[in-house]
Amino acid sequence: MTDVLNALALFSNFVLVPAIAYGSQLALGALGVTLVFGILRFSNFAHGDTMAFGTMVTILVTWWFQSMGLNLGPLPTAILALPFGIAACAAFVLASDRAVYKFYRKKKAEPVIYLIASVGIMFVTNGVVRFIIGPDDQKFADGQRFIIKAREFKQMTGLSEGISIKVSQGLTVVTMIVVVAALFWFLNRTRTGKSMRAYSDNEDLALLSGINPDRVVMVTWILTAALATIAGTLYGLDKSYKPFTYFQLLLPIFASAIVGGLGNPLGAIAGAFVIAFSEITVTYAYKKFAGYILPEDWVSGGLLQLLSTDYKFAVSFIILLLVLLFRPTGIFKGTGV
Amino acid sequence: MNTAVKNVSLFLIMACLIVFVGQYQSWNLALSILNLCLISAIMALGVNIQWGYAGLFNVGVMGFAAMGGLAAMLISVSPVREAWSAGGVGVIVGLFILIATILAAVFSFKKMSKSPLRTMLIVIISVVGYFIMRSVVDPATGAIEKVNPASTGYLGGLGLPIILAWPVGGLFAGAVAWVVGKITLGLRTDYLAIATLGISEIIVAVLKHEDWMTRGVKNVTGLPRPVPYEIGLQKSEWFLSLTKKYGADPVTFSSIFVKLCYAGLFVTVLLIVLWLSEKALRSPWGRMMRAIRDNEVSANAMGKDIKARHLQVFVLGSIVVGIAGAMLTTLDGQLTPATYQPLRFTFLIWVMVIVGGSGNNWGAVLGGFVIWFFWIEAEPLGLWLMDVLTSGMDADSALKAHLLESAAHMRLMTMGIILLLTLRFSPRGLIPEKVGRH
Repeated sequence: MTDVLNALALFSNFVLVPAIAYGSQLALGALGVTLVFGILRFSNFAHGDTMAFGTMVTILVTWWFQSMGLNLGPLPTAILALPFGIAACAAFVLASDRAVYKFYRKKKAEPVIYLIASVGIMFVTNGVVRFIIGPDDQKFADGQRFIIKAREFKQMTGLSEGISIKVSQGLTVVTMIVVVAALFWFLNRTRTGKSMRAYSDNEDLALLSGINPDRVVMVTWILTAALATIAGTLYGLDKSYKPFTYFQLLLPIFASAIVGGLGNPLGAIAGAFVIAFSEITVTYAYKKFAGYILPEDWVSGGLLQLLSTDYKFAVSFIILLLVLLFRPTGIFKGTGV
Repeated sequence: MNTAVKNVSLFLIMACLIVFVGQYQSWNLALSILNLCLISAIMALGVNIQWGYAGLFNVGVMGFAAMGGLAAMLISVSPVREAWSAGGVGVIVGLFILIATILAAVFSFKKMSKSPLRTMLIVIISVVGYFIMRSVVDPATGAIEKVNPASTGYLGGLGLPIILAWPVGGLFAGAVAWVVGKITLGLRTDYLAIATLGISEIIVAVLKHEDWMTRGVKNVTGLPRPVPYEIGLQKSEWFLSLTKKYGADPVTFSSIFVKLCYAGLFVTVLLIVLWLSEKALRSPWGRMMRAIRDNEVSANAMGKDIKARHLQVFVLGSIVVGIAGAMLTTLDGQLTPATYQPLRFTFLIWVMVIVGGSGNNWGAVLGGFVIWFFWIEAEPLGLWLMDVLTSGMDADSALKAHLLESAAHMRLMTMGIILLLTLRFSPRGLIPEKVGRH
């Protein structure tokens, strides 16, 4: 019996907890992509770098607060800095919309032109971020590190395997739930949110009923910036901040949004957890886990790892291809195809 | 102004810029810029075939170029006998198991009607096949990587002339493109973009981590060359007499001579690809492609198989990119997987095509030259600009140090701004597509 419990503890510690945290971060990122897709109707390649930009501002403000001795006790100071990051990111995104996308909206350009323009914005954002904070790893996490340490868990339960939960992981999940609840309340209950959904469903009809498109677009960008900054900061707190990793996050984020159905917020969240769980379960080495639940002589050499962690992006890619092959609209029906 | 005169003068200006670098910096630098310009131009032609002819947005140029690079290595390096005897059989058997698994899965998908049973069967075939393959391949690759890891630790290649790798690189890239295109074409353009982005990341990840094949980040250096070596030249009679005739320094002249040889090869390939592209663009096939690009619905109504044509043009473009990728690795003389960066290999090529003029082959070639030239020269320019800007500051101010250090990142921003400005104010590029009567 203890063996099974130990195996469960091991699995939770290395698969369940990290996957829930990672899934929450992806969900916030994918929500941003799916919002832009639903309202502005293009895949925003600059989203990863928007995340990097918002996080960068948050980090800079965090450092400033840290130097003044301002902190939140056990929680990371970055939470205090987050509103500044969101504000700066929103300003940046709105400026880029004003300078670039607005022109193509007026011209009713084809979606692929927006795509290329977003690649241009990606370049510029990437350059700005590297110019200001550099291409290297940055540390900005502070406060308490763990909610439960593995050692404490072992003492509490008497098992030989511990579960540790980092503050950043707990914070990620709580924040994700709060943000998603707020977002759905906003989209379903407020006037602006309803007008956004109307605009997403049928642009012409929405315009006819007197919805102001500029306002819808502006609100969308602000929401996107907020989601991107929150997602980026949480990811940075949980792992580490490096501009290039944020660019690479683009693939799992897009995969999440497409698997769930592009343009469908609920789908984006579901997709994110599908991607996160598959990525982590497939790249986890099950040797120790199998040692607990299988008879000893069954467990052979090798790590029992399905795929090396170097290929974690391959997992999201393969899921993406499978979805495109068999169900191009995604799990929940999106506006795609 | 007459278009032809304008176009010719654009190319002349470009030539003057390179000559200028040769005169004022060095001829060695000018020629290495020229060689990379030529390769960039071929890559840009490949992307132009996809984007300009058919409107397909390929964000995975890096991956296709890397396939070319892989081919260059696999063809040219001599095989490592010990590694082959250690694990060659295992790898080959594993490859056959992989192919058999895929065939079995595809076969059962085609032959059975849609049902949960079919899905189950396909999942079982894939999972079982995967595990059998891993059980054969893992020990083999482990053994291969143990063979003298400091200098080999991989299977090596075929030991054939590296020129052969150029068409093979094209085939490799084309094969990958066929698979990706088969799945994603026919859906939204965004999906092709995202899928190509994904496949390129994965190809590079494979090159970086499959040490038994590519030595991973340990790199394969010293690929054989298609042109003479400097050292050899400096010792040969005819070369020394040639140097004497021009009164040049043999060391400098030998490296210039080698670069000229490369340039000759690259120009030949560029001209062939350019000639073929132009022929294709002016043929009925080219007109059909443009008709599909400009109005899919009516082309479809005229009975054109849009998905098949898109797949065709996507594969063709990727082949050209693969050839250019193989040429690039040949020029470098080494396969360094870590150097495959999306910004350098994917997005820079896109800037070339957009700035040069999408849909126009000459435009793509010019774009390749112009953008590569500025990509190289932007660094000294940016540094100089930063020097001027910071000249008023204290020598030891932290801001000055930071600005000078960050000058390198200016290139990204500059390229992004160039792309956005071109797209906005001159969307048809330097040499616009000719829209005329046929």
